[in-house]
Amino acid sequence: MADLKLIDVAKGYGDVKVLSNINLDIKTGELIVFVGPSGCGKSTLLRMIAGLEKITGGDFLIDGVRMNDVPPAQRGIAMVFQSYALYPHMTVRENMSFALKLAKKSPAEINAAVDKAARILQLTPYLDRLPKALSGGQRQRVAIGRSIVRDPKVYLFDEPLSNLDAALRVATRIEIAQLKESMPNSTMIYVTHDQVEAMTLASRIVVLAGGGISQVGTPLELYERPQNEFVAQFIGSPAMNLLDGEVTATGAQTTVSLTGGGTAISSVPTRESDKGLKVRIGVRPEDFVPTDGTHIYQGTVALTEALGEVTLLYFQKDGDKAGIVAKLPGIHNELRGRVVRLTADPRKVHVFHDGKSLLYR
Amino acid sequence: MSQAIFALSTIAIGVGGCILYFYASNLFLDKVLFPARGPNAGRNINRAEAVRPWLFLAPALIALGLYLAYPVVATAWLSLVKEQGATRNFVGLANYAQMTSESKFWESMRNNMLWLFVVPAASTAFGLLAAQLTDRIAWGNFAKSLIFMPMAISFVGASVIWKLVYDTRPVDQAQIGLLNAVWLQFGGGVWSVLFLRILPALLLAAIAVGLAWGVWALLRPVLGSGGSRGSLVVVLLRLLGAAVFAALAVVMLWWLVGVFTVTLPYGQPQTWLTIPFWNNFFLMIVLIWIQTGFAMVILSAALRGVPEDTIEAAIIDGANPFQIFFRIKVPQIMGTIVVVWTTITIVVLKVFDIVLAMTNGQWETQVLANYMYDKFFRAFDVGVGSAAAMVIMLLVTPILVWNVWNARKEMR
Repeated sequence: MADLKLIDVAKGYGDVKVLSNINLDIKTGELIVFVGPSGCGKSTLLRMIAGLEKITGGDFLIDGVRMNDVPPAQRGIAMVFQSYALYPHMTVRENMSFALKLAKKSPAEINAAVDKAARILQLTPYLDRLPKALSGGQRQRVAIGRSIVRDPKVYLFDEPLSNLDAALRVATRIEIAQLKESMPNSTMIYVTHDQVEAMTLASRIVVLAGGGISQVGTPLELYERPQNEFVAQFIGSPAMNLLDGEVTATGAQTTVSLTGGGTAISSVPTRESDKGLKVRIGVRPEDFVPTDGTHIYQGTVALTEALGEVTLLYFQKDGDKAGIVAKLPGIHNELRGRVVRLTADPRKVHVFHDGKSLLYR
Repeated sequence: MSQAIFALSTIAIGVGGCILYFYASNLFLDKVLFPARGPNAGRNINRAEAVRPWLFLAPALIALGLYLAYPVVATAWLSLVKEQGATRNFVGLANYAQMTSESKFWESMRNNMLWLFVVPAASTAFGLLAAQLTDRIAWGNFAKSLIFMPMAISFVGASVIWKLVYDTRPVDQAQIGLLNAVWLQFGGGVWSVLFLRILPALLLAAIAVGLAWGVWALLRPVLGSGGSRGSLVVVLLRLLGAAVFAALAVVMLWWLVGVFTVTLPYGQPQTWLTIPFWNNFFLMIVLIWIQTGFAMVILSAALRGVPEDTIEAAIIDGANPFQIFFRIKVPQIMGTIVVVWTTITIVVLKVFDIVLAMTNGQWETQVLANYMYDKFFRAFDVGVGSAAAMVIMLLVTPILVWNVWNARKEMR
């Protein structure tokens, strides 16, 4: 039951601007994921929402109430830290009830809330243990439990899974997804640098880069219709290939003749005046298909990586011809050292000019 | 000048000698005694490795044995004998009996206990306060240096400084003692009531409340139904602690009454160090002044070590600065607080120089170490002096053991 609104929010330390022009509308029940390269300010933005960092410009509203100067405890938020931040001298029960005790809730009420959260998170057998006697995953659950008992309007997660090992990360990710499922009215904001977490958990992803928002959208929107080269390359792994070229034919479909030889047809529409425009086309490795006809790219396979379900083909950089990566289904180790021609479905060919997608203009 | 050269050459010879010893003995072991060649090379290497630690430990072991272990044993023996003429006769516990029959000994015991409670508590509390207050401010490090500075002054030097603070001049002369100069400003007016009655009363009340809280905190797990009660020893220790705290709280309340009923001799310069009982506190202030710096430095480092995340989590949980300090930070550095406390306690039990330099145990300020010195080197009663030394050792040992145990636990 909380709508969050960020209007022109900015953060600076003295003269150094870290974030600026952050405009974001978050609806009740959404799970928003902030992603971005390290140092892009995603954690800072989360901490500004939490109230741990001062907002130096713009307004931040929860349910229409300006929160810039409201202390963290009164914002109706709860936060799960990357390091769990459990109080080491308190048992699991004490950790989870600390906030309620400070809020002077009655013991009966506190016990009920803690027991309920412990049941949801399967922590009941561990309530009297100290954090040091718990495994990493259990600690993470206690940290989540500490948030749940407060029944906040907004949950904030700061890279909650990055201290867990790979297997536990997947399990905990699914637990968080189920938790979200069971609390459809709670709003969650989740910071991560892990794309898989972003793609699987988010109702919408906010990509942060260069001190601002690069794009906001559902995971598939970002994947299928990236607004700019940064988002195009950031989402998806391996990153999208970018090839330089020039528009030669316009209309409902655009033809681009590429600098490294080869021709690409894209279903991105262009205007008559775009003819001769210097552009870059983007093709995801998994969208390449081998061909005998007109090719987008032709080159020698320098290296193959067979992962079983797919094989990654690494092409050699050669003069002004870029080195690219293609991902073909199945096992293709025999292609190493061979010349391969690749093309792609026009609907999967993105066109960028000046770093921005021609889809959005 | 010649003395400086003498000192320098002593240092050079000492350090050089040490280096030479370690280097040469190591060389001797490897090249001459057990050379790592010939038919028995493997066996020789093993033997050299077995001997080497002892080789390096030997100087320290010999020095400690000669200057620490032997004196302890000798003192224990001396406390059981009496010098009669040129001979020493075994007299059993007669020295102890004689000592415990002396009122001066019990005065020393009482004063030592007083020091034991007040100085570590006050030093640790002030140190913790200073560490917390200087943590986040720009001139915090400057303030810390100032507070730490008394640590560099010897106890005797500090005593001389404070003797000047407590100095007394006849009433018609200017007071050079700071305390008397301030004291003479009070004439029984409003300010006197505020500073000499209400303020101390509030302070005492606060201490009493703190002690009462301590009693409650100690008794809660024993009386309460929930939670683990712990072993019988823990319960007994808690009960004992609670009893001590409760007694101290009653004393505080008693003094609180006293603050309002006592008639103060306004306008007369006081000879502070001759006021029985209270002069102990004037002496303690010297040690607190010195030890606060020590406590502050150690606790400041410990406070820096508290994970920032747990503090931020507490902020989000709605804790105010006091709650963060007492319920998040202090519990996390409890181990360090205990180490600081016990370390200062050991210093306190051995306190000697301050008492010697300021009152020499007169006016009911005697402490055990000075009592021992009196017996040993002034009355030349080696037996009773040794007995007093043994008492000090017996008091220090359990605290020392606990201190080392805690320090090792902290290091893990």
